[in-house]
Amino acid sequence: MSLLTPVENDLYPTDDDYRSLLGRKRRRASIFQVLCLSALVIAVVALATLVYTIVNDSFGLVAVVNEREPAEVVDALGYDPEVVALADVPYDDLVGLLEDAVSNGVGRRLEREQRFYEDRLLFESEQTWNEVCATAKPPTGCTAGVRDKASVLALVQERVIVPDVIATNQLVPSLLDPEGFEAAVAEAFEAGRFPDHSPTDMRIEWRAWLNPTFLTTPSNSVPEVAGIRTAILGSTWLVAITILFAVPVGVGAAIYLEEYARPSRFKDFIQTNIYNLAGVPSIVYGMLGLAILVRALEPVTSGALFTAGVAPSENGRTLLAAGLTLGLLTLPVVIISAQEALRAVPTSLRQAAMGIGATKWQTVRSQVLPVALPGILTGTILAVARAIGETAPLILVGAASFITVDPSGPFSKFTALPIQIFQWTSYPQEEFHSIAAAASLALLVLLLVLNAAAVLLRNRYARKA
Amino acid sequence: MTDTRTVDVAEPDWLRRRPRPGELAIRGFLFVCGALSIAITVGIIYELGKESLLFFQDDRVSLSDFLTGTVWQPQAGRFGIWALVLGTALISIIAMVVAVPLGLAAAIYLSEYASTRVRGFFKPVLEVLVGIPTVVYGFFALTFMTPLLRSLFGANLVGFFNVLSAGIVVGILIVPLISSLSEDALAAVPDSLRQAAYALGASRLEVALRVVVPAALSGIAAGFVVALSRAVGETMVVTLAAGASPRNFSLGEDSLFGFILDPFRGAQAMTGYVAITASGDVSHNSIDYNSIFAVGLALFVMTLGLNSLSRRFVRRFRQEYE
Repeated sequence: MSLLTPVENDLYPTDDDYRSLLGRKRRRASIFQVLCLSALVIAVVALATLVYTIVNDSFGLVAVVNEREPAEVVDALGYDPEVVALADVPYDDLVGLLEDAVSNGVGRRLEREQRFYEDRLLFESEQTWNEVCATAKPPTGCTAGVRDKASVLALVQERVIVPDVIATNQLVPSLLDPEGFEAAVAEAFEAGRFPDHSPTDMRIEWRAWLNPTFLTTPSNSVPEVAGIRTAILGSTWLVAITILFAVPVGVGAAIYLEEYARPSRFKDFIQTNIYNLAGVPSIVYGMLGLAILVRALEPVTSGALFTAGVAPSENGRTLLAAGLTLGLLTLPVVIISAQEALRAVPTSLRQAAMGIGATKWQTVRSQVLPVALPGILTGTILAVARAIGETAPLILVGAASFITVDPSGPFSKFTALPIQIFQWTSYPQEEFHSIAAAASLALLVLLLVLNAAAVLLRNRYARKA
Repeated sequence: MTDTRTVDVAEPDWLRRRPRPGELAIRGFLFVCGALSIAITVGIIYELGKESLLFFQDDRVSLSDFLTGTVWQPQAGRFGIWALVLGTALISIIAMVVAVPLGLAAAIYLSEYASTRVRGFFKPVLEVLVGIPTVVYGFFALTFMTPLLRSLFGANLVGFFNVLSAGIVVGILIVPLISSLSEDALAAVPDSLRQAAYALGASRLEVALRVVVPAALSGIAAGFVVALSRAVGETMVVTLAAGASPRNFSLGEDSLFGFILDPFRGAQAMTGYVAITASGDVSHNSIDYNSIFAVGLALFVMTLGLNSLSRRFVRRFRQEYE
């Protein structure tokens, strides 16, 4: 028998068998690959749907009934409504409009919230004002500055124009089928769903819920005139306090652990502890803030300690308490990212510095930190981006949602962007969902900017290294 | 050889180690920064413990009812934690059912198949998903997912508040966490294992599923546990989409698959209870105020347990490959 004779038995697959086996194997492999890829596609679809939902709710057609048309109001003031918009009307005229429109009681309340003029009172008598301001708990108007134009404009919108959005439509249906919305509104009128309004007063118009006025108007319980200025300012204050606390302390802890601490049980303990803290749910930090910063340290966080006697705020539910809570929350994240940045600095750099006689701190300050800085910054920005979006701890620490006065310092009561979104989302009315979407969009844009900054820093750093 | 010990070299003054108070002060400050993390932990445990103790000292509350009870009705003085745990468990299970296959498949694709360009597209998408605030996810759950589910399954079957919507959205929220941690674990598996399998004629599917995934299993498991702990601690989606009434049940009377595990009905979770109770005006030292700390303590213990479990997995994984 020659060696080249093929073996003829059933033990080995023939060429055909082999090919079909191989084909099946390849098919199975490619199906699996497609399945894995589809998981990623689903993630993209989820992100796209989320953004779509928010954008879709932030813009669209609305059916609105104004008690007085803005053009008519402007005309009555003696301006040409073709040229002058309500927002362009001078401050004094706006205040005048408001003075005519509101009752004395409401006016007094508004004035106690924040005054209209530095030198005179509109609704309150000088004597009562002084008496009220001398009480133990003076209203905010006694200390806060004068209202600005955006604030008065918002009040005019609320009290004089009184826009009432009776129906809203989302962006995509508004674009695809604008007549459908008009028909639906007309039908609703015929069915008697809006007994207080007549169809002739109603106008259908485009509305971008996210607009410059929305960004500059204080919060309000009426969704049509509510804005997020107080929330944006509150969030800005919170971020500032968070950074001021978490960055020095976090970087300090990272330097201690990476540069100073010798390997020991104690160091391991701190390290484990930091990893544990990073995994604690944010709401638990909220409880910590509530129990310690708001209650136990109330004299500090309400500011009573610093202003002998008259506390700027009646309790500890202030920006300072909330900012420090967020600071505690971001601390582990800042420490861990700073540690990673420090670990990436080559040891030779430290040895060189020590070799020419630098002390430990000189080495760290002038050699290690400058090299690690971009990495530390990137980690910090990402941690801060997380802090801006945190809602649960702020609920616990007691952010109030009906704050219409801008925060004036770390001891002010406050509201913040995520808190506004949470409150507005939890109301059933469509208009609130629209402004919640608009506020979410504003928040996402802010976060996008921060993340882009982090990515840019990282890239610049990567190129250098 | 000369005996150097007998030579007395006088150290010149300028070479002697000088006392440096500045260096010492800085060192002290850095130490305090490092030790602060311990203070935070102590603070959390102390405050949660103290307020919980006050809670259990109240006449209306008993520890055994708290730990075994299945009805949570603060107004009626009934505090059975299992009603809230049920809500948390249902939402977390649904979230894991959504997130584990998606996250793992995404990780396998990114680590075993994807070219640099494909990675460059998908990785940022996952990172953006991580960066979106949870309150926005809550808005998404309430205004998109719930209406979608209601139109799919019928509005009379699916409640306005339901755990399915909350669970799916929490699932989407933790997909990036699972995928990035699993991908790290897969990437840490030595290439020699893959090459050996390829040399034996294995396809990519076989390499991925029979070689790489089993080799990285403890690392992947660590990722799952971290994600589960995140789902348990998630607050905003749960508060907005799952409703504010606890699903009080009784094991004997309510059917397990009818009422108790019904995904279409709402069920308040532990985090949801804490958030809702705190957002109302609770007076300090009331039983409601103390009860959120007891629930918080339970939550803290649960997430701490999960996190230490995940670190145990990670340690085992490191031992295998380092």
